[in-house]
Amino acid sequence: MSSVAWIIFWGALATYASRVGGHLVLSRFERVHPRVEAGLNAVPAAVLATLFAPALVGAGPAEYAALIVAGFVALRGSFLAMFLAGAAVLIAGRYFIG
Amino acid sequence: MVADTPPERRPADQFLRGMRAAIPVVVASAPFGVLFGALAVKNGLDVWETVAMSAAIYGGASQMVGIELFNQQIAPWAIVLSIFAVNFRHTLYSAVVGRNVPHWNTLQKAIGFFFLVDPQFAESERQVERGETITFVWYMGMALPVYVFWVAEAWIGGTFGKMLPDTHAIGLDFLLPIYFLGLVLEFRDRAFWLPVVLTSGASSIAAYVTVGSPWHVSIGMGAGIALAVFLTPAGPREADR
Repeated sequence: MSSVAWIIFWGALATYASRVGGHLVLSRFERVHPRVEAGLNAVPAAVLATLFAPALVGAGPAEYAALIVAGFVALRGSFLAMFLAGAAVLIAGRYFIG
Repeated sequence: MVADTPPERRPADQFLRGMRAAIPVVVASAPFGVLFGALAVKNGLDVWETVAMSAAIYGGASQMVGIELFNQQIAPWAIVLSIFAVNFRHTLYSAVVGRNVPHWNTLQKAIGFFFLVDPQFAESERQVERGETITFVWYMGMALPVYVFWVAEAWIGGTFGKMLPDTHAIGLDFLLPIYFLGLVLEFRDRAFWLPVVLTSGASSIAAYVTVGSPWHVSIGMGAGIALAVFLTPAGPREADR
């Protein structure tokens, strides 16, 4: 087994373990502590914030405009409309502003 | 009988709705899938190793870390450990999603959790937020297109990496932040939403600047979750629910 194949195999196994592990551990408990419950409840907002916030570093006017417009559309319109509006503003902004 | 089933419960309809949730993910992650393929080949993997890595590990950030370490004379076990560290957040995803899919059987869970990447997790929780059931058919309707495109992109990037278009001009590099911003807003009715978003956002920016990518994800995420845990009283009253 080449070292690349070895890394892919064990890397895949470790990743799969992390994707089933949380459920295997948590499903052993009948009752979940309210603080654990609150922590789990916060997971989506916490991880999603880390996935977009660093993009603000080094973002220019076109990027900020796209995020602001997408944010407003998200509050009113559908999810896909939010995505398309943000993309349209971004592309237009980069074309005209640079 | 099919006629008696409400349209939104029909398997074919569920699958299509899952596929619709996959559209923005496929579009926004495409440049990263192709970029991974191009970088992997540049770092000494052959095209089939590159494709195998996307197909078997299936986790963008951890794959990037993996290939970044390949040509740095780092022990293979240390690379595997890094991949595990970057993907460790998925334990929380499976803990959260696992509570919302008691109707899945063991095989469905074993298959489903393999595909539990960031957007798959977020869209699944969005189903819950809308008061809908995460059916296995809906879940796979979203997972399969995202997966198939991701693996194909590794091949495209590995094969045609030197002919990459200017992703900046067509805005491809910034679509993921827009997508994730839209997703984060979907959860605005949850407890401690704003303090969690602000804490995770600010600490991930700080970690991004100091420690670097992709560790800012785990660090920022940990800070936001810790805040929610500490803001919750540990009293017995809440334990009754």
